[in-house]
Amino acid sequence: MPTPKVKFNETAAKGDILEVKTMIDHDMESGQRKDAAGKVVPRKIINAFACTLNGKMLFSAELAPAISANPALNFFFTATESGTLEFKWTDDDGSVYGLSRPLTVT
Amino acid sequence: MSTSPSASIGRRTVVLGLSAGACALVLAPKAAEATRAEADELIAKLAGGAKPQMDARVKIKLPEIAENGNTVPFTVSVDHPMVAGNSVTAIHVVAEGNPAPQVASFHFTPTGKAEVYARMRLAKTQEVRAIAVLSDGTALEGRKEVKVTVGGCGG
Repeated sequence: MPTPKVKFNETAAKGDILEVKTMIDHDMESGQRKDAAGKVVPRKIINAFACTLNGKMLFSAELAPAISANPALNFFFTATESGTLEFKWTDDDGSVYGLSRPLTVT
Repeated sequence: MSTSPSASIGRRTVVLGLSAGACALVLAPKAAEATRAEADELIAKLAGGAKPQMDARVKIKLPEIAENGNTVPFTVSVDHPMVAGNSVTAIHVVAEGNPAPQVASFHFTPTGKAEVYARMRLAKTQEVRAIAVLSDGTALEGRKEVKVTVGGCGG
């Protein structure tokens, strides 16, 4: 089961622009690769990512098979309020991998 | 049965013609790359019909030479405010030298800055295109050439 990771300053001053670094271990099987027997390995990728703060959308992404294995996504947001950042990765097979982290804004 | 080539066509010409034919046969079964037209069509769809204008504010950061096409780090940034009613709402990344040109679509809200980092697979040396859509519907485009030493589409 893939393990997502995120990194950002969990304490910030109001108005700070914070960078969020995320990564999840996943093969991102493109659906174009062939196995040793010459059979096409079916596509299985993380196709979507979303990050919310207190339920409000901050950033989201739709990913195609051209995104590398172990997809990393870094983005920015402005610290306006304390609360919870929630991260969600969606797999082609329907699985959703999630993570949440507290944010304290002073 | 077979018609013999006319006297004016030399042996070399015939050999050249044959090798060109063989090449086409090898390439024909599967298109190894998208065409500019395919990429343009995808971009028109992603940009919601707006015709992207080339704009220096859309910057793509890529290695000049990507030794491993399986993992090419890239950063797209747009020099534009990120406030409600005047922001970048999306950045779409397209690699027209890949078998499938779509790489990713990033959706922004008016916060932080219009910048995103990720890593992509590139099949060969090509121009990467980034289309930024603004809150007023305008679409801006930036392009960046990247040389790929070993392609990364896991053939």
